[in-house]
Parts: sequence; structure tokens; C-alpha cells
Amino acid sequence: MTSIKEKVMSRVFLLSALSTVLALALICLFLFINGIPAMAKIGAFSFMLGKEWSPSDTPPLFGILPMIAGSLYVTAGAIIIGVPIGILTAVFLSKSCPKKLYKFIKPGMDLLAGIPSVVLGFFGMAVIVPVFGESILSASIVLGIMILPTVTGISESAIRAVPQNYYEGAVALGAGHYRAVFKVILPAANSGVLAAVILGVGRAIGETMAVIMIAGNQARMPVSLFKGVRTLTANIALEMGYAAELHREALIATALVLFVFILVINLGFAALKKRIK
Amino acid sequence: MKLKNKFYERIMAMLCWSAALSSVLALLFIVGFILVKGLPHIKPSLFSAAYSSDNVSLMPALVSTIIMTFMSILLAVPLGMFAAIYLVEYAGRGTLRANKSVMLIRITAETLSGIPSIVYGLFGLLFFVSFLDWKFSMLAGAFTLAIMILPLIMRSSEEALLAVPDMYREGAFGLGAGKLRTVFRIVLPSAMPGILAGIILATGRIVGETAALVYTAGTVAQIPKNPMQSARTLSVHMYALSGEGLHVNEGYATAVVLLVMVIILNIASAKSAKKLAGGA
Amino acid sequence: MKCFEIEKLNLHYGDFHALKNICMNIEKENITSFIGPSGCGKSSLLKTLNRMNDIAEGCRISGDVKLFGEDVYGDMDVNMLRKRVGMVFQKPNPFPMSVYDNIAFGPRTHGIKSKYELDKIVEKALQDAAIWNELKDRLKKSALGLSGGQQQRLCIARAMAVSPEILLMDEPTSALDPISTGKIEELLLHLKEAYSIIIVTHNMQQAARISDKTAFFLFGQVIEYSETESMFTMPRDKRTEDYITGRFG
Repeated sequence: MTSIKEKVMSRVFLLSALSTVLALALICLFLFINGIPAMAKIGAFSFMLGKEWSPSDTPPLFGILPMIAGSLYVTAGAIIIGVPIGILTAVFLSKSCPKKLYKFIKPGMDLLAGIPSVVLGFFGMAVIVPVFGESILSASIVLGIMILPTVTGISESAIRAVPQNYYEGAVALGAGHYRAVFKVILPAANSGVLAAVILGVGRAIGETMAVIMIAGNQARMPVSLFKGVRTLTANIALEMGYAAELHREALIATALVLFVFILVINLGFAALKKRIK
Repeated sequence: MKLKNKFYERIMAMLCWSAALSSVLALLFIVGFILVKGLPHIKPSLFSAAYSSDNVSLMPALVSTIIMTFMSILLAVPLGMFAAIYLVEYAGRGTLRANKSVMLIRITAETLSGIPSIVYGLFGLLFFVSFLDWKFSMLAGAFTLAIMILPLIMRSSEEALLAVPDMYREGAFGLGAGKLRTVFRIVLPSAMPGILAGIILATGRIVGETAALVYTAGTVAQIPKNPMQSARTLSVHMYALSGEGLHVNEGYATAVVLLVMVIILNIASAKSAKKLAGGA
Repeated sequence: MKCFEIEKLNLHYGDFHALKNICMNIEKENITSFIGPSGCGKSSLLKTLNRMNDIAEGCRISGDVKLFGEDVYGDMDVNMLRKRVGMVFQKPNPFPMSVYDNIAFGPRTHGIKSKYELDKIVEKALQDAAIWNELKDRLKKSALGLSGGQQQRLCIARAMAVSPEILLMDEPTSALDPISTGKIEELLLHLKEAYSIIIVTHNMQQAARISDKTAFFLFGQVIEYSETESMFTMPRDKRTEDYITGRFG
């Protein structure tokens, strides 16, 4: 009897593990069977590289290049703002922070990571938009704050994973504390830090609600840092509620493009992780 | 030369301190701003049972958030935990026997964890809402969120199981306990604090989620009577308020409630993780 | 009377040939020690006796191991085998639960549910392990709070609680201080009246002090297997002599 139970349960465990595979397969399936025909109808070229998105025109135009550009601009902005501060904060937390201070800052960063994106978006609407308008810059700032704890957390553990004797070796040669940290420890942790950045990119490119609330959402090619822009995620969320037929399928195809972006980022992340090991 | 070194040290120290300072200031500013703007508007009327356009009570959303959290956790935790048990206890340990199914499952889970929530929302709309014809419902929302948090639960359970020393397993096997008994009576209880920390983290994600819910659970402001009804969670509620632009103060008050929930969850998660570090 | 009969036993971990053609019989109600330098195969042999090697990656076994005439690697239920052949490990490994639950885990595993019976078993096991007086007031406390020596005696009690016929001990005192070691050796001498004990040890004096028979292992082979007294006074093999006089190992 026990052995039957053992066998049944080991199957249950395996099936549970395979449920992830099922979920991913379903997601791919539904995105592909809905998205690919739309791309075929619109034309992959004019879909990906078309600069006009006007679903209500006759004939409707479905070019998502503005949204691709929007996503890239906003993500790049978030990286420029969030990554340097994040890495420096990680260096501070792992190498310079007094223990007493650490006890407050670390939970603080965890809290920042946990703040819901709508709340950050709301904050952005109230504080940042009045200064910089609904713009690429505003969205970049909010996304930069959003990825800050991700970048900091992962960089910090990467830095902490560098053996202490590297530091000791450098200091023994007469390097100062920060020279040892920046010239020896940080380079030794570079794969981990890069992984942190990639994860940050993933978060920024996938963020939806906060961006909708502050980026202006105009479906046009980016014109200026202080002008609005629409991201891939925003395009889906804004129009999915009322879209029908080809328009709806075009939105699903937008998700497909986003999905492929994320896949590429994930592959990069996985390759890095292998290198770290 | 010496002077140059001193200068370098100074500059770098300043950079690190100011980066950390700005991180902390950003946090304090955000939290402070929300509290200052929101606390004065936390009024009993916000917690009245019914929502109306005159009184945008957050009570229905609060109740829905709790129900939604329970439903998603209930769906995802057994699956994620069992999947982790398979990976750690059954499929061969470590990288020695990284067989094909394990590789497949690992890669899949990692891919799932990177998918943006709006894509989950879209999938939920296509599959649960339309294909399975569940309409906008708590159930569709909960299933969508369950898939979304599954990799997180799996990952944290896996780490917690890996942290259980092998000598516990050997001890149990040495007494003639079978694999199943060893896993459920010895390994899982030791790993529980870590698993719990993961569950709490997942709860935080559910509470803060918006994009995956708007097109699955819908946005109706009511306390759902059954899982097939639509309802909005607090985050969705807040998003709806911000879109209308009429109830900014109630929006801030909702943000305060969300913030408090996140703080409580963070503390609970840290406590649980500490217990793991101290107990094992 | 023999408890284990081992015939032409070979064991490989991947490419490594860990045990080479072992043939030996182990006596009942006796203490048998396995000695030899690290990596000589003594622990591997111990683990084949209750099939703990089944868990190890890439482990292959050929040959015969018989427990009272029954083939251990035949259709014997592994869990029943491990109930009959208990094991105490090198590092004390109490489960992270109360003293009581640690002892009761084995009996519960094998289907004993009655509180009354469990109470009896727990008390008897702790008394047999000569640790009842120290622990009777803290049965509900976590076993992780005990000292190393207490933990190891608890593990011995835990192994005895399933009433095994044989106890395997894998360097049970190597992680302990001399006083705790002394207590455990005393306990073993007492236990051998009722159990057959096989102990792997690094410590030759320990083997000389407590065991009736001793086997000396080198490079996966049994070099010499005889009465402890004769081995330590008149070793037959030059290598045994070199080892016990401290020339290597």
C-alpha cells in the first residue's frame, strides 16, 4: 500500500512541475494563434516598422514602431536613472554601510520593491508630471525608481559573493578602500551586476500601469524627452477593452512582440547565470 | 600620487553615500507624500460596506483583495510546492543529474517569471474569460494570478528545500521511513519558514497587481457573492480612481491602505526568513 | 551465529571502484569495528548493509549481502531492512523537533499510533541509551538545544526505538569531545548484550577498547579481519601492522 502511495505521489509531484510547462505552452499557443494571423494580414513589415497606429482610420493602420521606440526610450531612461544609483547603493550597502544604518536601509529597499506600481504611478502623476509633464522623462524617473531596488538587491548579493581575500589582496598592495572595491571587487562581480541590470530592463519594459498613468500615451514616434510616448504594454492595456476583430488581433500581436523581447532578455539572463556558475 | 589617491577615495565615498542617500530619500519622499496626502482622508465612510458614486468606499475592494489573494494562493501554493518537491527531492539532486525534464521545467519557470503582467492579463482574457467563457470573474483573475506567482512560489520553495541539510533525510531513511514520509514529516516542516516567506512575497505581488486583473477579474466595485462574479482589488480600485480624476483624495487614502498592507507583508516575510536562518 | 554474510561484494561510484571483492561474515551480538585510513571503503561497506547507498548518485553494487540468510538486495523491502538494521551517523542529526517526537518518529513510521505505547517506547529507548535521566524533564523541548554528546545519544535512542536487530554506526564519536565519547563507548559495551553492532571508526584505540572483532580496510579491500585482541597484538599482515603502529593513515 505504501509503495502505491509513493508511486502516485511521485507522479503528482511530476505533474505539478509540468504544470508550468503547460501554462507556458498555453500562453504561447494563445498568443501565436491570435497574433500570427494578424501579423500576416497587416504584413509583418508594415506591422513592425509602420510608424502609424490609427485603428479607427479607413483603412486602419497598425504600425507599432512608435510603441517599440516608446518602450525602448522609456526603458533606456529608467536604466540611465536607476542603474548607476542602484549599483552605487549596492556598493554602499555591502562595503561602506555601518551596521546600524543597514538595519534601516535594507528593509527600506525591500519596501520600495514592494510598493505597488499603481501607487508609484499615482505618486508620479501628483509629483513628477506637474514638473516634467506627461513625458518620456517622467516615465523614466518613475521606472528608474521602480527598478532601483531590483538592481540594488541583486548587485548587492553579487558583490557580497566576491571572496573577501580579493579585497584583502588589493588593500595589502596599498589600494585604498574604494579603489579596492571599484577596481577589484566590482569587476569580479560584473556578471552578477549585469544580471541585475538585465532583470531591471525586464521589469521596466514590462511595466504597464505606472507608465500609462504618466507617459501620455500618444501613439507617435518619440519627439522629445519632454513629450509623451506610448509603450507596447500601454498599447495593449489601453485598447484591449474595446478592440474588436483585426484591431484586437493586432493588440495580441503587440503582446507577442513584447513576449519575444522578454524571451530575448531572459535568454541573456540565463546565459549570464551560466557564466556566473 | 598620494594626493590623487586620496582624492579618488573621497570622490568615490561621496558618490556611494549620495547614491544611497538618494535611494533612501526617494523612498521616504514617496511614503511620506502618500501618508501626508492620504491619512487625512481615511474616514469611516471609506470603509462602508457598499460602493456608490457619491461614496467611493474602498471596503468592497479591500474584501475582494483578500478573497483574491486567498484564491490565487490556494491555487498556486500546492502546485508550486509540489513542483519544487519534484525538482529537489525526486529528480536527482544538484546539477549531477540534470535530466531533460528538469531542464525543461527550470527554463519554463524562468521564462514564466519574466513575462510582464499585462501579457498574463491578455492571456487570462483570451483563455479564461473568452475561451473557457468564465466572463470577467474572480475565478478568471485568480487563475491568471496563480500562473503569474507560480514560478515565484516554486523558486522560493526550491531554495528552502535545498537549504534543508541532507543529514535530516539520511536520518529519516535510516529509520526506515519512505521517501514520502521523509518529505512530508521531516523535510517540509524544516523548509516551511522559507516557503512561507515566498508565499508572503507572492501575496505582495497579488496585492499590488493591476494589469493582470483589469481584463480578467474586471473592475466592478462590489463584494463578490461567488467566484464567478467580477470584482476589483484595491490596486485596480486605485487605478480606476486615478483614471476618473474625480476622487483623488480617496485615491491617496487607498494608497495608504495599500502601503500599510505592503509594510505588514514585508515585516512578516522578514520574520519568516529570519526564522529559517535561525532554525536550520 | 552470523548476522551478515557478505559474498564477493563490489561497489562502484561512477568510475571509482570503492569496494573490491569483499567477503566477510559478521557475528551476532558482538561489536565489530571497521578501521582504515580515509577513503578505504569502510563507510561504503557500512552503508551497503542497510542500503543507504541507494541514495548516492552513480552507485553500482554487485555481489551478495545476506541478513540472517535473506538477500538484502533481493526483494526485501528497503524500509523494512532499515527498520531491522538501524544506523547512527557521524554527525549527530536530530530532527528539528522535540526530543519526544524525534524518538517517536521511527515507531510512528512503522505504524504505532497509540499514545500509551509511544510513551513506553520513548522512555525505554531513552533509558537504554542511558540518557533518560538527563532528558525526562525536557521531552517536549527541541532536540537541537541539546549538547553534541546528548544529541548523539538521542540519535542512538532514536535508532533503538524501532527495535532493530543490528546497529550500524558511522564514526559516531568523531564529532564529540572525549567525555561524551567515553559515555557512548560505555553505552555500546552495554548494548551489545542485545544488539549486534558494527562501528566504523577512525580511532584505533576505540576499536581496541570496545570491539570483539576488527576488520582493517585499505583501498577498498579487507586486508585483515580477526579477533580484535589478536589483530592489535599480533597483526598477520605487514600493512595492518604499519597502520596500527601509526606509520600511515
